[in-house]
Amino acid sequence: MDATGVFKTKLNNGLTVLIREIHHAPVATFWTWYRVGSRNEIPGITGASHWVEHMQFKGTPKYPANMLDKLISREGGSWNAMTFYDWTAYYETLPSSQIGLGIDLEADRMVNSLFDPEEVEAERTVILSERSGSENSPSWLLYEEVLGVAFRVHPYRTTVIGERVDLQTMSRDDLYNHYRRYYIPNNATVVLVGDVNTEEALKTIEQQFGCIPAGQDPPLVNRPEPPQYGERRVTVNREGKTAHVEVAYRGYEITHPDFFALAILDSILAGASSFNFMSTAGTSNKTSRLYKALVDSELAAGIGGGLIATVDPYLYSISATVRDGHTCEEVEAAIHAETDKVAAGEISEEEFEKARKQAKALFAYDSESVTSQGFWLGLAETLVRDYQWFGDFLGKLMAVTLEDVRRVAGDVLQPNRRTVGWYVPTGNGGDR
Amino acid sequence: MTNQVIRPHTLPAPDNITRVELDNGIVVLARENFTSPSVVVEGLARGGALQETREKAGRAHFHADMLMRGTSKHTFDQLYEEIESNGASLGISSGGHTYSFDSKSLAEDLPLMLSLLAEVLREPSFPPEHIEKVRGEIMTTLQMLSFNTRAMASLTFNELAYPPDHPYAKRQIGYPETVAALTREDLLDAQRNLGPRGAIIVIVGAVKAEQAIHLVEKAFGDWRNPEQPPPPEAPPAPRLTSVQRKFVPIPGKTQTDIVLGYPGPARNAPDFQAARMANSILGVFGLMGRLGDSVREEQGLAYYCYSSLNAGLGPSPWQISAGVAPENVERAVESIRREVRRLIEEPVTPEELADNKSFFKGQLVLGLETNEGMAGSIMLMEKYQLGLDYLVRYADIIDAITADEVQAAASHYLDPDAYALAIAGPE
Repeated sequence: MDATGVFKTKLNNGLTVLIREIHHAPVATFWTWYRVGSRNEIPGITGASHWVEHMQFKGTPKYPANMLDKLISREGGSWNAMTFYDWTAYYETLPSSQIGLGIDLEADRMVNSLFDPEEVEAERTVILSERSGSENSPSWLLYEEVLGVAFRVHPYRTTVIGERVDLQTMSRDDLYNHYRRYYIPNNATVVLVGDVNTEEALKTIEQQFGCIPAGQDPPLVNRPEPPQYGERRVTVNREGKTAHVEVAYRGYEITHPDFFALAILDSILAGASSFNFMSTAGTSNKTSRLYKALVDSELAAGIGGGLIATVDPYLYSISATVRDGHTCEEVEAAIHAETDKVAAGEISEEEFEKARKQAKALFAYDSESVTSQGFWLGLAETLVRDYQWFGDFLGKLMAVTLEDVRRVAGDVLQPNRRTVGWYVPTGNGGDR
Repeated sequence: MTNQVIRPHTLPAPDNITRVELDNGIVVLARENFTSPSVVVEGLARGGALQETREKAGRAHFHADMLMRGTSKHTFDQLYEEIESNGASLGISSGGHTYSFDSKSLAEDLPLMLSLLAEVLREPSFPPEHIEKVRGEIMTTLQMLSFNTRAMASLTFNELAYPPDHPYAKRQIGYPETVAALTREDLLDAQRNLGPRGAIIVIVGAVKAEQAIHLVEKAFGDWRNPEQPPPPEAPPAPRLTSVQRKFVPIPGKTQTDIVLGYPGPARNAPDFQAARMANSILGVFGLMGRLGDSVREEQGLAYYCYSSLNAGLGPSPWQISAGVAPENVERAVESIRREVRRLIEEPVTPEELADNKSFFKGQLVLGLETNEGMAGSIMLMEKYQLGLDYLVRYADIIDAITADEVQAAASHYLDPDAYALAIAGPE
């Protein structure tokens, strides 16, 4: 056990185990993380990781689909899963006396999911309609186009849900093979946080997961995106009345020494936000640079910054909803005017201090619930292969200097390393 | 059973909640939790959309937005600089019967947050340039909503489920023509309705209860409003006697959203708990109850399908929502009606009842994981006068619900042949 109260071990089959005791409420959370996401997909099977995640809820011989819901729900528990570019994670949060159920079912579905062909077909409809739901959103359509243009080589070019054509054609065996290749103990981390006893909990985890054989280490994805020489642009002309702009710069991977300085920069430009998917609290962004320049000036109805934690360099993006009566061109020019200033080093001591205090407060909020602590530990261990990244999170943020932020602004916010997207609505008519 | 793991000291109860009523009528409740250095404030004041006419629809919503746009002591920029530079949040929103407000901050910033909260509620300045800004933002939101299938189905549903003159039929956010016509004088009218009487403030987190009460008293103790009207009330909503159906075409969309439902019980209705149980079995439990099984799972018809019953101070809607491919709308509606009929015609099974009772009781424990959850529970008890021992009695209340009561509540509110149905999507 380390100073932050986290116990870490690795079972013989390669499964990484993290346990942290917290006793303020009679609740515990169990997370299972796999190093698989859309980065591991090739054309033809894009969306496979997300679809596999859905199939993990469709039952095993021991726990048929409906029984799982019932078992968790009858304890009042919550459970869910999420698939992202680099990882897939499952969690159950339960009254602590019932957490064994989560451990049992995760061990079971690491190997025994059925992928019943009929269930696969039923889920195809569900996933296609999930994609349709996303396509209903103009900002999502724009994001998808921007991704495809910003990345030419790296699999980050495809959204996590996958291309429609692949969702229509992928077979049950494509999905099952994906599952078998990546859902192995040596590609996974389990995290238990809450009102538990470490020794007893470890015994349960060993009992449930210990007998699962290790698999062949999955192939590493190594298709780095080549450098970008020049601005790229894309326009989407579709239905609607509201225009959107997205400006995406090449960003940093989570292990980059300047990742935290970029987080501070994002906070100054677009407002503070958390990397924690379970985050429920934050602060507004009305005093951020871009809000003042775009929303206060009534050019845009809203703005946001997008920085996410990824294994390989992803994008740092700025998005804006254009206000009625204005154009993408005006909004884009206003965004560039702000980023140019920041890139030239125009950041005040006050802005910098504000970003630091925000980071401190957000970190306190995100540490409140056991569920979000389970997320942090699992994310750190999965992306960085070191859960202490979470323990050092605040320290690393606080170590960033104003000079670091200025340097990073100059490095990231370069016009020839950006992709600009416009969503230009065509009015009422559906002219597809 | 789940309730065995509830440790008495973790449940908010009369012996660990400090409750004080100030001279001006504000009820303050505080509960300590020192596990993280943060603190939440959750509160409400009486007043809202029920106080406005159809011509002024959107007034309370506009007003709530404007409260955060400047006060006698702080401009908009200064206000947000104070809040954001401390990584805190402060929000105000309006509903039909109440204005709600909340704040989250590090404990060290609680005095500041309470004093800002008092200022925005009591001394807003409604700067004219911000009135136009907020108007523009609401107009943009209205425009975006008009292209959002989910939002349009939901907004249209209310117009179908309630008689035209019922306050719940009206859109709380307003309509383009009403929002365009609202004036500063209208906002001042809304402000005259705000007052301390009936207000509730709950504080949970890393602060001594005594200190929390003291801080509220300091910020709000001298608030008076002799003009404050009595709290608004909603009339009962009649049962629907036929199908009220409307389709809102939104070109170019790939998914259709539907909302089918009824006026439901108020939180204080005698059959509320039975109705809530019926709702859970119909479209909540597990992956969205029976509806999830039949509409989503068995037929693969919908990406989502669930039912919700958000009983409040009046007859709030009881509704079933689903997102489906446009060609599947009729099949989904038929499946939903079939499940509604089954709930009315057959008693729920002993197993369903037992599962859902266990679910309700376990959920209570998980809800207490965060300060927000705890504050929400305390607010619930105070707002609906359930007694501060409600959570302690909760398991008994849930255990007492019978299958007959569930069926009776379903029959009381639902009907497979007379419902409101709003559909929004491509033609």
